[in-house]
Amino acid sequence: MSSPSADAYYVPHAARWPIVGSIGLFVFFWGFANWLNDRPLGKETFFLGVIVLVVMMFGWFGTVIRESESGTYNGQVDTSFRMCMMWFIFSEVMFFAAFFGALFYARVFSGPWLGGDGGGGAGVTNEVLYQGFNYVWPSNGPDRIGGEFMQMGWFGLPLINTLLLLTSGLTCTFAHHAIRHGERKKMVKWLAATCALGFIFVGLQAYEYYHAYHGLNLKMSSGIYGSTFFMLTGFHGFHVTMGAIMLLVVMFRGMKSHFTANNHFAFEAAAWYWHFVDVVWLGLFVFVYLL
Amino acid sequence: MTMAVNALRTGRLARCLPGCLQAVLGTALLMPAVALAGWDELNMTVGVTDLSAEVHSLHMRIFWICCLIGAGVFGVMIASMFLHRKSRGVKPATFHESTKVEIVWTVVPLLILVAMAIPAAKVLIKMEDFSDSEMSIKVTGYQWRWHYDYLDEGIAFYSALAPEQDLARQRGAEYGLEQFGDAYLRDVDNELVVPTGVKIRFLNTAADVIHSWWVPDLALKKDAIPGFINENWATINEPGVYRGKCAELCGRDHGFMPIVVRAVTPEEFQVWADEQRASAMAAAETQHHPRDLATLMASGEGVYSANCASCHQQEGQGIPGIFPAIAGSDVATGNIEDHVAMVLHGVDGTAMTAWSGALTDAEIASVVTYQRNAFGNEAGDSVQPLDVRAMRSTALNDANELDLGVSR
Amino acid sequence: MSADNAHDGVTHHAPGDHAPEHGHGDHDEHGPASGMMRWITTTNHKDIGSLYLWFSLIMFFIGGAMALVIRAELFQPGIQIVDPMFFNSMTTMHALVMIFGVVMPAFVGLANWMIPMMIGAPDMALPRLNNWSFWIMPFAFAILLSTLFMDSGGPAGGWTLYPPLSLQMGDSFAFVIFAIHFMGISSVMGSINIVATIFNMRAPGVTFMKMPMFVWTWLITAYLLIATIPVLAGAVTMLLTDRYFGTSFFSAAGGGDPVMFQHIFWFFGHPEVYILILPAFGIISSIIPTFARKPLFGYDSMVYATASIAFLSFIVWAHHMFTTGMPLAGSLFFMMSTMLISVPTGVKVFNWVATMWRGAMTFETPMLFAIGFVIMFTIGGLSGLMLAITPADIQYHDTYFVVAHFHYVLVPGAIYSIMAATYYWLPKWTGNMYDETLGKWHFWISTVFVNVLFFPMHFVGLAGMNRRIPDYSLQFADWNMVASIGAFGFGFSQLLFVWIVIKCVRGGKKATAEVWEGARGLEWTVPSPAPYHTFETAPDITKHMVR
Ligand code: HEA
Ligand code: HEA
Ligand code: HEC
Ligand code: CUA
Ligand SMILES: [Cu+2]
Repeated sequence: MSSPSADAYYVPHAARWPIVGSIGLFVFFWGFANWLNDRPLGKETFFLGVIVLVVMMFGWFGTVIRESESGTYNGQVDTSFRMCMMWFIFSEVMFFAAFFGALFYARVFSGPWLGGDGGGGAGVTNEVLYQGFNYVWPSNGPDRIGGEFMQMGWFGLPLINTLLLLTSGLTCTFAHHAIRHGERKKMVKWLAATCALGFIFVGLQAYEYYHAYHGLNLKMSSGIYGSTFFMLTGFHGFHVTMGAIMLLVVMFRGMKSHFTANNHFAFEAAAWYWHFVDVVWLGLFVFVYLL
Repeated sequence: MTMAVNALRTGRLARCLPGCLQAVLGTALLMPAVALAGWDELNMTVGVTDLSAEVHSLHMRIFWICCLIGAGVFGVMIASMFLHRKSRGVKPATFHESTKVEIVWTVVPLLILVAMAIPAAKVLIKMEDFSDSEMSIKVTGYQWRWHYDYLDEGIAFYSALAPEQDLARQRGAEYGLEQFGDAYLRDVDNELVVPTGVKIRFLNTAADVIHSWWVPDLALKKDAIPGFINENWATINEPGVYRGKCAELCGRDHGFMPIVVRAVTPEEFQVWADEQRASAMAAAETQHHPRDLATLMASGEGVYSANCASCHQQEGQGIPGIFPAIAGSDVATGNIEDHVAMVLHGVDGTAMTAWSGALTDAEIASVVTYQRNAFGNEAGDSVQPLDVRAMRSTALNDANELDLGVSR
Repeated sequence: MSADNAHDGVTHHAPGDHAPEHGHGDHDEHGPASGMMRWITTTNHKDIGSLYLWFSLIMFFIGGAMALVIRAELFQPGIQIVDPMFFNSMTTMHALVMIFGVVMPAFVGLANWMIPMMIGAPDMALPRLNNWSFWIMPFAFAILLSTLFMDSGGPAGGWTLYPPLSLQMGDSFAFVIFAIHFMGISSVMGSINIVATIFNMRAPGVTFMKMPMFVWTWLITAYLLIATIPVLAGAVTMLLTDRYFGTSFFSAAGGGDPVMFQHIFWFFGHPEVYILILPAFGIISSIIPTFARKPLFGYDSMVYATASIAFLSFIVWAHHMFTTGMPLAGSLFFMMSTMLISVPTGVKVFNWVATMWRGAMTFETPMLFAIGFVIMFTIGGLSGLMLAITPADIQYHDTYFVVAHFHYVLVPGAIYSIMAATYYWLPKWTGNMYDETLGKWHFWISTVFVNVLFFPMHFVGLAGMNRRIPDYSLQFADWNMVASIGAFGFGFSQLLFVWIVIKCVRGGKKATAEVWEGARGLEWTVPSPAPYHTFETAPDITKHMVR
């Protein structure tokens, strides 16, 4: 790296984007809360917040990209970025852990208790409150909240989605190999494939939801099964979308000749993220669909 | 390093021993002093069951161990602060590690913990033994009263803060709380009467939010969780009145949800149970007789202040944003059948529970009539117990008697 | 990663935000910009540290004022001042403000100020992110506090937000949930930054086992935060969907379980209480050696003990739930794992005592607060141990005995450590010595009152007064009156603290670089006040100066 300050740890001054981000988040949350409460202008405020946040991201990342491209960052700054991304992903893992935890708890403990299995007061709960209720997963509880529904099978769409995501993990890795060899064009090609697979995944997922709502009467309000199903797959789908957008941005940057064989952190960050959503999906596939 | 240990072990320690001892003894002596000054009222009760006595002695044992540890640690610290201050001209030592002492003060506490855990585990295991109970009472928490259901005796009733205390607490201190003495906020309208010497199993659950049924003298505290049953048991040794409270935050009047258990001999209990059944029969016989507006209003006022005033307030003004006012309410001045239906079935997902299980037809008729003609409401109409019975059965299909938690 | 690959040559920082154009690695001495924008846009770790600390101080008075409302209502039996609903929202808000708005930001502020200086770094690893972490806080608390002014009132279901009660909250519900998400974002970003700083920014020679204890404890705390805050976010998200989107996570009718929330919450909540105490341990481990003029005893075991506490904190959560009707095996497991935490915590206490032993102690204000911390934290810890004993806890649970326990570890614990740190480093921050006489007065008045405030709570708790109640039976009247007097005494004596700090900022005896006779550590090698940018060139690490 031939930049003038390559040996110095870059400490930026006077950052303006963070405060924009805070205001954006404030408007976003404020709007969202009002929207949920059906208050006037809630929805509008929410979208205003989204816009501010998008602007902030363009601005902030734009600054970082410019600084990076002009060689302001040295290896140590790069390491900071890497750690930041790594631990951010770890925090996301823990976010999903909460929902997986809920799924396990409901399936292993509270569900059977309602059905009369397990120690403690479990047998009594069923005997006194839910006589005749038999607990089997998938369940929408003794009150059959949301009415009769059918389970989402693992064969078919979910399986296809699994294959799609696994393939996209591969294409993503190919893209990485390409850029490591300095072959930017190839990287862009593989990335395009990855993004495409990602978006197809999201599309199929959307179709799956449509099918669940209209074909299976499986809704978010279908008791604990619907709750865990939609929250887990929903947050995952949201993360896939985010990841795919990240990859898309990286792809466009590649097309603008960003990145070199040994300076492509943004690519790697997006790729890690992609692998993370991949792994989460495997967990989902096993625990939400298969078992 | 060894030097450090030696220093700790030999000369220095000996020199400051008097200081340590003083501190330890000082702390230890303080405790009995507190004990003499009415400690009983400041400590956990011994209670009236075998288990509660065991819990108490477990508590005292760990308490004393903790006091000793504290006295030791603080003693050494205080000694050090006196002996090793710069103003005495001491030179600081330089030792700063010793694997040996680290091991000692890891292992010794561990042993102390084992000594505490064993008796604790024993008591816990006893507590969790629900077998061979001779009687079961289902305890259901409501915002903000308890419902008791003697599963084998066919007796069931609600129990809430005694009305005169309820009034007192709403009016504030000027009401003269002293008149109630130590029973302030601890008396109820209907006491839970139980026999002594019988293993009673309590089945705790709740209708709306989580409550917790706590009677210190029985060493019982277990959460009442909507949609689940928690077991609990006690064999009461002595007749007497044992007071407790709801121990889990359950909303606005969590502090006003007392429990009174009256333990009587099994014979007395039988007498009481027979009376209960007889009076329930009598009430059932007369409850559907028609009444005029004035009678309904009079009884309605009682039902209202016992059941509804805690949310909708004594004057029907409600609490803005939380509990709607009855005064001027669209429901209470509109269609009377909707009004009855609202009271019977409640509003899902809000604090307004279904009252169909809690109140009799007569009570519902009175309270609805009262709400429509009090607080400046001038609906002028009234509803008869028989009408309520009719509405109850027609709407039975979509009504669930015991609303299981918030399901929104 | 070991410090050996801490990077040579990374010795000075690049100048301004337009560095690419003109920076040649040599400095144009950037002092602080001026005006409001300086504080809004600053990326300087010292500025941001100050912002956090001031924010925390303001929130302390807000949260404290709420506590005073509670204590005023509890001064006598009967309901005199506030509606029970408002009382509950004071309790809830008081806890949320104190935990998320006072103790955590104060620790992050201290981390910002001190960690770069302690490890010889030019700044935090990600300065812009650092700015954002701070500037989220005022907005998040604006949302949280605004709920008090909404029609449906603030959150009133306790800071633990147990459903179904919390779902009964009015419209302010969504605002509270989002405020928690918002604060969480700040905490996670702040922690990530601290982790990156400690791993990546140590000056050559500052190896892990030479880092000051404060850095160690914060590193571990940051991990606790990164691992648990997202779990809290998940839990409150489930509350939100149960309320607004028809899910049934916490409703038995749909196959869920209200107690499930408690498990998820306390999986966060218990590590959270160690988040509130581990940095305090680090502070105390810095202060006691200084004033004992003797190195910290058992440094290595201190590190291992901290790590053990952090590890154990993940497997003890259900000790908050002994009355929820867990299976027996669960109760036993959580009882024993909880008790185990006493062992590493004891190691820390013993090591502090051994550090004092045969030192040459002086008792300036920071040392007084540190000693007060050790004694009163231990009292709180021992009552914690009593709470861990399940059969006994079934009696203690949800009484003022618990309230006494956690205030002992939080007020003369966490808060005292923050006071101690402030006195300890204030000369370094401002260049002036604070008023020692007033400082000592502050300590003694606070210490008398804090015990008057919280000690009687043990008694009334054991005697059967439950928590979260606005009115109580007459036999608890005397001690509640005493506690309330203590509360007002303690609260108003904190105004003295504010006065001392302001006085020190505005002037006073000039401080030397070393400030304290026995002080060790890199922060004492730079002049007082510390220059706006420290360690633009990596410092020379002599063994003596690191810890
Ligand atoms: C800074 C915060 C902090 C800290 C450090 C602790 C520390 C501990 N806490 Fe505390 N706790 C809280 C904050 C904290 N707690 C809060 C906020 C609540 C209530 C939440 C709510 O419900 O709102 C709570 C509640 C709480 C409960 C639930 C009570 C209930 O609701 O029924 C329990 C039960 O086990 C408990 C236990 C412990 C234990 C065992 C420790 C241990 O870490 C203590 C270890 C320390 C020592 C033991 C002293 C020093 C050791 C020695 C001198 C060595 C020798 C000792 C022995 C051999 C034993 N705590
Ligand atoms: C770090 C955490 C922390 C801190 C520092 C404190 C500090 C204090 N706490 Fe708090 N408290 C909690 C955490 C904390 N608390 C938690 C977690 C709960 C449980 C909540 C729940 O049940 O959900 C709780 C609950 C709680 C209760 C029980 C309430 C109930 O169960 O209903 C009480 C009652 O006395 C109380 C009192 C106090 C007091 C008097 C202080 C004092 O130390 C405060 C000192 C006072 C001041 C600093 C005030 C200064 C103000 C002025 C001088 C007036 C001037 C004002 C302005 C300029 C605005 N607290
Ligand atoms: C635990 C608190 C609580 C108690 C006790 C309570 N209510 Fe309510 N009540 C509510 C709440 C909350 C609502 C608002 C429900 C909603 O959101 O629509 C309500 C609504 C009502 C309404 C409709 C008012 C309107 O204008 O919307 C009536 C009528 C009513 N309650 C009657 C009663 C009667 C009769 C009793 C006693 C037998 C009673 N309530 C006891 C909480 C309570
Ligand atoms: Cu019921 Cu508290
Ligand atoms: Cu805990």
